[in-house]
Amino acid sequence: MSKRLQTVIVGSGNIGTDLMYKIQQSELLELVGMVGIERGSEGLKRAADMGYPVYTGGIEEFIEKNKDKMPDLMFDATSAKAHVLNAEKLEPYHTKMLDLTPAKIGPAVIPPVNLDRLTDEKDLNLITCGGQATIPLVHAVNRVQSVAYAEIVATIASKSAGPGTRANIDEFTETTAWGIEQIGGADAGKAIIILNPAEPPILMRDTVYCELHEAPVDKKAITNSIHNIVEEVQEYVPGYRLRSEPIFEENKITIFIGVEGAGHFLPQYAGNLDIMTAASVRVAEQLAKQTVTAD
Amino acid sequence: MDNRDILITEVALRDGSHAVAHQFTVEQVEDIVEQLDGANVPYIEVAHGDGLGGSSLQYGRSKVDEMKLIEAAVSKCVRSKIAVLLLPGIGTKTKLQEARNIGAHMARIATHVTEADVSAQHIHLAKEMGMETVGFLMMAHMVPTVKLVEQAKLMESYGADVVYITDSAGALLPHEVRERVQALKEELTIEVGFHAHNNLSVAMGNTLEAIDAGATRIDGSIRCLGAGAGNTQTEVLTAVCDRLGIKTGIGLYKIMDAAEYHVAPLLPQPQEITKDSLAMGYAGVYSSFLLHARRAAEKYNLDARDILTKLGEMKVVGGQEDMIVDIAYEMSKK
Repeated sequence: MSKRLQTVIVGSGNIGTDLMYKIQQSELLELVGMVGIERGSEGLKRAADMGYPVYTGGIEEFIEKNKDKMPDLMFDATSAKAHVLNAEKLEPYHTKMLDLTPAKIGPAVIPPVNLDRLTDEKDLNLITCGGQATIPLVHAVNRVQSVAYAEIVATIASKSAGPGTRANIDEFTETTAWGIEQIGGADAGKAIIILNPAEPPILMRDTVYCELHEAPVDKKAITNSIHNIVEEVQEYVPGYRLRSEPIFEENKITIFIGVEGAGHFLPQYAGNLDIMTAASVRVAEQLAKQTVTAD
Repeated sequence: MDNRDILITEVALRDGSHAVAHQFTVEQVEDIVEQLDGANVPYIEVAHGDGLGGSSLQYGRSKVDEMKLIEAAVSKCVRSKIAVLLLPGIGTKTKLQEARNIGAHMARIATHVTEADVSAQHIHLAKEMGMETVGFLMMAHMVPTVKLVEQAKLMESYGADVVYITDSAGALLPHEVRERVQALKEELTIEVGFHAHNNLSVAMGNTLEAIDAGATRIDGSIRCLGAGAGNTQTEVLTAVCDRLGIKTGIGLYKIMDAAEYHVAPLLPQPQEITKDSLAMGYAGVYSSFLLHARRAAEKYNLDARDILTKLGEMKVVGGQEDMIVDIAYEMSKK
């Protein structure tokens, strides 16, 4: 028997398909199914070609056929509305859910910040791409000196913003700002998102501004803390990097980062999508490690 | 509407916010709105330069909460109506509701010229709340006319009452404005507007082309109080339209006096086309980058024109003020 964590992907769009390649490469996870609702979708086709069981009748069909052998974990890459329904259907089972939609039923997780505290949760939310990219940095500053206000600007390639994001862009700004406060630790947070249509598409880039309660600022400790957390994120997003050293002005710190995707299925410029799938796989792997230890 | 051929929106208290680093006070807004209302200007836009919710480290903080400024403006209006700008991604529906609740009449929802689909929910909300609703396609010089038409049609389909061609960089030339307005007039059933910047000294010429081609909503800024080199100068436009027999409904002497005695004293320096604003029009860079680029140039000992030219080459869009310091920092290391 394999000791790997049994996982299923719900949602066969770009995110779900990219997840499939990441799970395939993981030594701790095993993919036991791909669930979609469109028979002809590219994701389901690819999953079938790679030998994974595919389900075109949504999560109902999956549960019907697997009642007695439900997986440990499902990645939900559908939509906020669908996730609410999916979570209800999974209620009677032990299967945990990693929610890549903006549904926010469960607590939000940023792997290097709060994953350790959340491994018993049934449903975990990945917040937003901007949140995954910037909240670790706010946390890195805040753990050295208390942050009064943090503001992030996420600039992404137009091509990497799907119809869901576009139809509900306030969700990005509001949810990310919430995460900056609740998880990053800033007293107040603000988030801005900009879509840039340049060709060839630009890499995701984020700017993080932190204002500290008090000067003088311990530049050395904060710089070290930032470098440390960047290394932690790089463990699961190798293309995550500081574009320059942090800039200090009085009690304000400015941090520039770039996020290049791994290019598994999504294009490399779509670091914003990659950091979501990579972070969710990171969470799953952590759960896998704990399950193995518990056994 | 009382027999006007075109409806002018005065943008100094929004676009001009950039020129004063977002330092407008309640007293200034009250005074200017009173004057503009007295001159019978149909619409007056009030908000942070980057629209509702723009007060930030990225764009500069407002000295006074924009909602207080909007409230003050509404309180001084007898005939004029107050407009607000909102850029999805910066401002949210909550902000728009707040502005509506305190009396904003018109919502202008602005996106980059290729990204109209992020405006759907805000346009819907504005319409639901009974606001006159404008779609504002920024940086219109960056795409061919066919793309502009496609995006304008999206805004029309969401329910916008008007779509603006917004020359945020002041980069368009008169023949390009004519082509764009004509195309929208042919393809849309709603009104077409035009917003100019004077970085290449053709704001007035562009505006006249736009009007001649059928645009009926026109932006101006009194005493050129707008980002970059400012916009089409409202009091001058009033006079020119008068000479051309185009009815604006605006009182000429009143708007001239408002400019001379109420707006001019607020300007940090007279609005003129400096080498930096000229470089913005030439390189096609968002006009509100001006002061940010100057500050970065000073800090890193660079020529602001080099920064602006580089931003133009990189096809940076409106709102990407963080790129200015990023680029300046990189240039200074070389």
